[in-house]
This record gives sequence, structure tokens and C-alpha cells, in this order.
Amino acid sequence: MSVVTQASPVAAEQAAPAREWRPPSYWPFVIPALVVVLAVIIFPWVFTIWMSLQEWKVGSPTTFVGLANYLRLPTDPRFVEAVGHTLSYTALSVLLPLVFGTLAAVVFHQKFAARGFLRGIFIMPMMATPVAIALVWTMMFHPQLGVLNYLLSLVGLPPQLWVFNPTTVIPSLVLVETWQWTPLVMLIVLGGLAAIPTEPYESAQIDGANFWQVFRFITLPLIMPFLFIAGMIRMIDAVKSFDIIFAITQGGPGSASETINVYLYSVAFVYYDLGYGSAIAVVFFLLIVALAALLLYLRKRLLWTSQLGSEA
Amino acid sequence: MNLRYVLGRIGLWLSVFVIVSPAILFFLWMGSLSLKFEIDNASYPPVFFPEHIAWKNYADVFASNRFLTYFTNSLVVTGCATGLAMLVGVPAGYGIARMAAHKSAIVILIARITPGLSYLIPLFLLFQWLGLLGTLVPQIIIHLVVTVPIVIWIMIGYFETTPLELEEAALIDGATRWQVFRHVALPIARPGLAVAFILAVIFSWNNFVFGIVLAGRETRTLPVAVYNMISFDQLSWGPLAAAALIVTAPVLLLTVMAQRQIVAGLTAGAVKGG
Repeated sequence: MSVVTQASPVAAEQAAPAREWRPPSYWPFVIPALVVVLAVIIFPWVFTIWMSLQEWKVGSPTTFVGLANYLRLPTDPRFVEAVGHTLSYTALSVLLPLVFGTLAAVVFHQKFAARGFLRGIFIMPMMATPVAIALVWTMMFHPQLGVLNYLLSLVGLPPQLWVFNPTTVIPSLVLVETWQWTPLVMLIVLGGLAAIPTEPYESAQIDGANFWQVFRFITLPLIMPFLFIAGMIRMIDAVKSFDIIFAITQGGPGSASETINVYLYSVAFVYYDLGYGSAIAVVFFLLIVALAALLLYLRKRLLWTSQLGSEA
Repeated sequence: MNLRYVLGRIGLWLSVFVIVSPAILFFLWMGSLSLKFEIDNASYPPVFFPEHIAWKNYADVFASNRFLTYFTNSLVVTGCATGLAMLVGVPAGYGIARMAAHKSAIVILIARITPGLSYLIPLFLLFQWLGLLGTLVPQIIIHLVVTVPIVIWIMIGYFETTPLELEEAALIDGATRWQVFRHVALPIARPGLAVAFILAVIFSWNNFVFGIVLAGRETRTLPVAVYNMISFDQLSWGPLAAAALIVTAPVLLLTVMAQRQIVAGLTAGAVKGG
């Protein structure tokens, strides 16, 4: 009751004459969803934390081992390597879509024929089924028959091994990730561009600023908050990226593209070491939260908060 | 001045072309791969337009007896997961918006951040214990992890913008909260319902990670089926690309047809599941 009154003071005022009539609360609307959320989101989390404290392998009895699973992590070379792969994959998969997405947004902010339709085409990569896309990219990466090496040969570059070479596998996967997720950055920045007032542009035109100056000193500072949100979302998705990596390389060659998520899959569902897998899941989640916190801190430090939307 | 305008237009169209071409060329190449016989797909330099079009690749995919099973599985899982999510998520979005219970959004945020695989470990054990593995039920339930937060998130945003006056009036006239929701709030929120529905369908249809763990031979959804085709290398590229295109075609069609709703939903919530 009190919640309702707080929520809509207007309603309280209007209902004031009829004091005896008490509006029923909104809780019944939320309860079914609450049950579902408890069952499929909260319960798994609690259970995961509990499991991470057990030695729990499918088919053998479980024993409580305290923090042993967590202590095993820093001494597990495959896990440490996976953290490195995840961080480099994430850094590239945040930066490149941010750059290309901003450029694309500046273009889509202009008026031209069939803009809506072309925007629909442009966002197709991120809506398409990732596994289907991964399959075609795998064919395109093929060293002998792939179309990418043919395209390289057209511009006089030597053929590459792409995802079949440990040193180029992560950049190649980032290429797919960038192709796939640049549209999301574009959409968020486009929303930011739409919110910019026209006055600064008019005065810049009077002052004779060129295109680059306008972009650098007016557009960029004004869309910074949106770039930040886009970067945050991109970071969260890139860290968790699974479908593309798993379908194209399964973490290979060797373990050259094994990220935390792919390693987690192997531990939990190939080796069925569920206790250790749960510990990885918990640490993985904390890593994502830590990265998000770091981005928030950086934003504070760089004083972009005074701009438009600070609701990240 | 006029020349400058023309140059500007040319520059604009050039940039549009450059920006859109990676997407267009990729999907055209996907179509080309799916319509070529093995001989053309294995030729170097690559052939874009084959002399003979291999419609047979598509016929092969549809003719394989399992394809229909997998297609039905995908329909059932996505249909149930989206339907259930709408059923519980829309009222929840309404309740949260009207109670201004913004703190509850934290749960949705956690769901958004959590890697899909972390849900799988405990739920896999639970389903095993309940003896549900081998049916579609586990996949329907776990797809709720994707669909419910999307629906709630979008509906909160939507109900917060719909006008309160009509609802207040109906309440004073003696309507119950449920009647107000059903006859006043819901009809106004129809565009929001469309956005939530479309995004939930797409992200559930595309989901792969839940299927590879939970699906058995008979319960695979289409993305898992396509993945299994890659691992059995005996298939040639043509039918493989055809299968991939068939799997993603409904989503691509939906994207182009409903791009306005999708763009609205994605910019509002920037949701993505799994």
C-alpha cells in the first residue's frame, strides 16, 4: 500500500476522498515472474556458489573442499592462459566496433533514400543466428578455398592461415566479432546523435569549422556518454563471447583461442568436473563485474559524467 | 554551392556503400555458397555466379528426415519460451513500472551480465535429477533465462512512458487493477509488446549454448543441428551453407521487416541473452 502511494502521488491525491477504498497492490502482477526469476536465475547462482565449494564430479560422490577449487585456479596454466586470451579478445572486440560503429552512426545520421531499409540490412549481422554465420566464416577462412585469401591476392597480399594459425586466430575471430557487433554500437551512438541540439553545429558553420573539427570538438564530446554505454555493453558481450569462438575453432588450434567461457565449457561438460567448473563460473562473473567497475571508474576520472545521459 | 552539394551526396553514398557492403557481401556469398555444386565451391579462384544452380542443396536439407524434427524442436522451444516469457514478463514489467521498483532491475542486470554457461551447470544437474533430459522441457525452461529478462526490461521501459490518467480514471470508476491492466494499459502498450515479442523470439531462436549441453539426438534445435553438421565433415559446403541459410532466414526476414521495432528495442535496452 505504502509502495503504491509513493509510486503515484497523483493517484493518492485523487483517491483521497474515498479513504475507505484501498487500492490493491501491484504485487500479484510481479509474483509469477518472481517465481520464474527465482527458479532460473537466483537458484542457479546460489547453487553454483555452493557447488564451487565441493569436489563434484559426475558419477562420483561429492565432498566439501572449501576454497580448494578457487586455489586451484591460479596454478592451472590453461585457466591463466584463458584469462589472457579473454582480455586480448575483449580489448580488440570493444575498440574496433566502437571506432567503426561511430563512423557508421555519423553516416546513418545523414538523410538519404532508403535509409531505414539499409539500416535493416546493416543490423542483419548481429541478428543472424551466430552458428550459421560462424559456419560461413569458417568456409571463408579456409586457407586454400576460402574467399578471404582470394580477396587478399587481389590486392597483392600473401595468403593467411587465419584461424588455423595460433598467432592470427584471435585477430581473425575478432574480425568476425567486429563484423557482427559494430551495428549495435552504431545504433546506440545513432540514438546519441539524435539527441544533440543543432545550435553548436550552426555556430560552427558560421565560424568556418571543417568536417573533422566539427566531429572532434562538437560531436565526439556530446556522444561520449553513449560511447561509454556502448563500450560497457560491448565489453560484457565480448567477455562472454562463446558461439562464434566455439563454432569456428573450439578454442583451437591447440588452446590458442581458448577463452574463459570456452574453457568453462570444457571443464564442466567435457571433463564433467562440476565443482571446479562452478568455481570458474563464479570467478568469471566477478571478473566481468570488476571490468564493468573499472570502466565506471575510468568514466568518473575522465569527467564525462557532466554530459547528457549518465544512467549507465 | 551546387557542385559542393553534388560532391557531398556522392561522398555520402560512397560511405553508405562502404558501410553496408560487409553485411551485404557476406549474405550474398552465403547465398552463393548454398546454390553451388561442389565443383564450383571447390574451385579457385572462387566462382560467384555458378553456371548451374544447385537447388538440390536445399532439397537435400529439407529431405533429410531429421531436419523437420529439428525445425519442430526449434519452433516448440522458441514458441513456448517466448509465450511463457510474455505471460509472466508483461504483467511483471507493468507491476515494476507502476510500483517504481527500480531496484528490481538489478536482478535483470545480473541476468544480463551472467554468462549463459553458468546457468547450465546447476540446471543441468537439476534436470538430470528430475529425469527431464531427453525431452524439450529443459531447453524451454532454460531459454526463459534469455526471454524473461528481455520481456520484463522492454515492458518496464514501455509502461513507464504510457499515460497514467486513463488508468487513474478507470480505477476511480471501480475497475480492479487487473481490469485496468487488461483493458487500459495492455492495449496502449501494443507496440511495446511487439518489440518484446520480436526480440525474445530472435534471441531464443539463435541460442546455441544451451542446446549443445541439454539437447540429445532427438531434441536438437536448429543451431545445434547445424553445428553438428560442421563437426561431421563428410558434408559438402553447398548443403551446409544451405542449411545455415535456412536456419537464419526467418530471423533475417524478421530483421528487415521489423527493423523499426528491433532498433527501438535494442537502443532502449541493448539486450542480448545468453
